[in-house]
Amino acid sequence: MDFNLTFIGQTIAMLVFVWFCMKFIWPPIMTAIEERQTEIADGLAAAERGQQSLDKAKSEADEIVGEARKQATSILDQAHARANEIVAEGKADGVKERERQLAAASAEVEQETNRAREELRGQVSAIAVASAEKILRREIDAKTHEDILSKLAAEL
Amino acid sequence: MATEDGHGAQTSGEYIAHHLQNLQVCKVDDAWVWNHCAGNPMAINVDSMFFSVLLGLLFILIFRGAAKKASSREPGKMQAFVEIVIGFIDSSVKDTFHGKSRLIAPLALTIFVWVFFMNLMDLVPVDWLPFAGQAVGISYLKVVPTTDINVVFGMSISVFVLVLFYSIRSKGLGGFIGELTLHPIAPTFKGPGIIAAPLIIAFNFVLEFVALVAKPVSLALRLFGNMFAGELIFILIALLGIWQLPLHFGWAVFHILIVTLQAFIFMMLTVVYLSLASEEH
Repeated sequence: MDFNLTFIGQTIAMLVFVWFCMKFIWPPIMTAIEERQTEIADGLAAAERGQQSLDKAKSEADEIVGEARKQATSILDQAHARANEIVAEGKADGVKERERQLAAASAEVEQETNRAREELRGQVSAIAVASAEKILRREIDAKTHEDILSKLAAEL
Repeated sequence: MATEDGHGAQTSGEYIAHHLQNLQVCKVDDAWVWNHCAGNPMAINVDSMFFSVLLGLLFILIFRGAAKKASSREPGKMQAFVEIVIGFIDSSVKDTFHGKSRLIAPLALTIFVWVFFMNLMDLVPVDWLPFAGQAVGISYLKVVPTTDINVVFGMSISVFVLVLFYSIRSKGLGGFIGELTLHPIAPTFKGPGIIAAPLIIAFNFVLEFVALVAKPVSLALRLFGNMFAGELIFILIALLGIWQLPLHFGWAVFHILIVTLQAFIFMMLTVVYLSLASEEH
């Protein structure tokens, strides 16, 4: 329990240990800790920035999609309008074509009718002439009455 | 119970005294003498020195190993542990000490870990190392360095020298002397009051000097007293035969708290004293 040289020895030991700690232990560990702190802070900041740019990209993408949707709608509207137009045009064309064909058909029918009528008329007149000839053969010569007969045919 | 030098039964008193005796060496008449050095100021407590330096080296080894491999990325388990200790010390120091000093934090770390290791020797069963020592011819062995008053005063006086150094550095020699003499009663230097000034200064000095010297003394004796008492109780428990087992366990568990707490108090008070010393008025 006496004081002796151990006191000096312990003091020297303490000075050496504290010096060693101050020189070779504290600074590298503190450096490592502080480096890690800044790295973590940087990492968090980078993550934050990433999140922000992601949000920005998302909103941009939303904008682009909205724009595209709008364009698509307008294109669709235009297409509908065009289709309606085409249908209407087609209808009008159809009506016109029908009228034209109707007109052509009726003209042909009329022509045909006229032609048939001519033919019929000729046949009738021939038949009439033949009948008249048969009648007149008995009574008169065909040549003498030819003028009356042609006048008759012209009247038919 | 231990028997001294293998012959004869030992009384309880002898057993306790044996455990509290340091292994000493000193020079008497140009010859190295072991264990007959009572009262010799030139003696060295070999066991205290051996264990304190050994434990200091253990501290250096563990922390230097971690410091060498320290990297900011992927810390190992040892580095993580060392960083926890260092972070704890660093925040304690930063909370208390507001000046800038490259010394305070490493000093606090060294004190904390070293004192903790030295206190921890208390938890080694009291007979193990002395018995082992006797087996190889070492007749005395006191394994807890902090139960040696030289060790605790060696540390507290070093801290005290640092306190004086920081006081004088931050306040100047005049400021330091003023602090010792002009408080708590301010002397007057004008008029008839000047007659009383030397008396007041002397009174102040007595008060302040006691307060100043009480710092290292209380720092050392607090640690010494706690550890010495703890060790003594371990020794007393060891005298109880079979009943020592539950008692020893209970006291050891309680002592884990004391060991850590005393190391922390010694470290914290060192930081507090140094921060008081370096505070500017």
